[in-house]
Amino acid sequence: MNQMTSSVETGLVPDAVAVERTLGGDRDAYRILVERHSKNVYRLAYRMAGNSHDAEEIVQEAFLRGYQKLKQFAGQANFGTWVYRIAANYAIDRIRQRKVEDSRRELPNRETEEGQGIDPLAQIKDSAPSPERLAGSNQLALRIQQALQQLTPAERTAIVMRHWDGCGIEEIAAVLKSSTTAAKNTVFRAVQKLRVALEPFAEGRQTARAMGME
Amino acid sequence: MEHPKEEELIAFHDGDRSGREKLSAHLESCAECRAALEKIEAVFAAMDAMPVPDPGENYGQRVWAAISPRLPEKHASWWESFFAPRRLVAVGAFATIAIAAFLAGRYWHHPPSVPNGTEVVDTAKVRERILVVAVGDHLSKSEMFLVELSNAEPNSASGKLVNISAQQHRAEDLLEENRLYRQTALKEGDQVMASTLDELERVLLDVANSPEQVTPARFESIRQRMESRGILFKVRVIQQGLRDRAKPAKPQPAPKAQQQNISKTNHQEGNRA
Repeated sequence: MNQMTSSVETGLVPDAVAVERTLGGDRDAYRILVERHSKNVYRLAYRMAGNSHDAEEIVQEAFLRGYQKLKQFAGQANFGTWVYRIAANYAIDRIRQRKVEDSRRELPNRETEEGQGIDPLAQIKDSAPSPERLAGSNQLALRIQQALQQLTPAERTAIVMRHWDGCGIEEIAAVLKSSTTAAKNTVFRAVQKLRVALEPFAEGRQTARAMGME
Repeated sequence: MEHPKEEELIAFHDGDRSGREKLSAHLESCAECRAALEKIEAVFAAMDAMPVPDPGENYGQRVWAAISPRLPEKHASWWESFFAPRRLVAVGAFATIAIAAFLAGRYWHHPPSVPNGTEVVDTAKVRERILVVAVGDHLSKSEMFLVELSNAEPNSASGKLVNISAQQHRAEDLLEENRLYRQTALKEGDQVMASTLDELERVLLDVANSPEQVTPARFESIRQRMESRGILFKVRVIQQGLRDRAKPAKPQPAPKAQQQNISKTNHQEGNRA
């Protein structure tokens, strides 16, 4: 019953009113915003983090930060876009932090014999499985997830925002705190890396299409 | 045209308009570049195949449950509270009455010739009348609210939750007005009025701050707290006093019947408590 009431209220109160009520001291009004925008933020977080556990942490942290910074929001764009950006920013930090943690654990195995730096493109290509292994859609999803994990946090943010959420370059640049040209280049680099990583699958699909199997 | 760079093909796929026609023409005649563009398109198509697990229908509620204990209370600064919409409505209503009464006092009641000092007395009377009308209206709405709350009969035997969201909204609306009038009464030095409005405010806060759904027992305790304060009776007495003050200058002795009525009400209140 409580849930029903809250859902009705969530559906009726516009974001701007909920923000105003929260700023006026009504903490419960923030619930409306959380319930309304959680799923959208979760989709972004999942694509960036690659797992549910980290995605949920990103969502919670984004809404906590949103609450703390709500005064700064002050009618900018709309709340959904605003909290989405906060989530994207936090996700970058979280992924960087996770990479540092992982590299500390894996450092001995990742060093080359010559001590040379690792070319990320070559690394993606080397670890790419054969086209046969990519036959199933689950494997494909896994492969895309792996390919995304190989991108830098900025590249991952850029491609997720651009491709899945259709964000403009200016919006991506704002999250990455870079120029629009730099943001554009980040999107290009991300696509290049993904193309290399997914090439076996892409070729397989092209062949299948050419043979009339798809 | 030279073969475009991969960046240009990605921008083309992305819908970039710069040099689009030229590139389009090149793609028509260059199989190598068409194949390169298809590879890029295949990457995006593959990405679309990546599913995002559905976190569930109640995901938003779960997020709220996880973060709400960590959210600090927000204290609105005085000016934010003042400009909150609900307060603005109350301020607006008050201002409308004030302006109307001011104009009424200025144009209707302006005596053609008045001895010095009378005008000051008239202005004070008009001002008092404003308060009387405005507070009277507020008290009448509050009385109705209290009567309804007092007469509500939740089915306590069923143990089902009582939805008091409608009463809460009304209590919230009345609260804003009440605060304004209480502050005004304090400034005017009307201690009895200020004290009654203060008690009324506690009852309104009690209702406004309760959950939307309460158990019959909790509802009963709200009602008992309201009745133990005898607030309904006090509101009625104050209202009566205001009606008397609002009457034209002709002083009239308080009718016995009215006093009896008040006593009767008091008696009823006492019985109920």
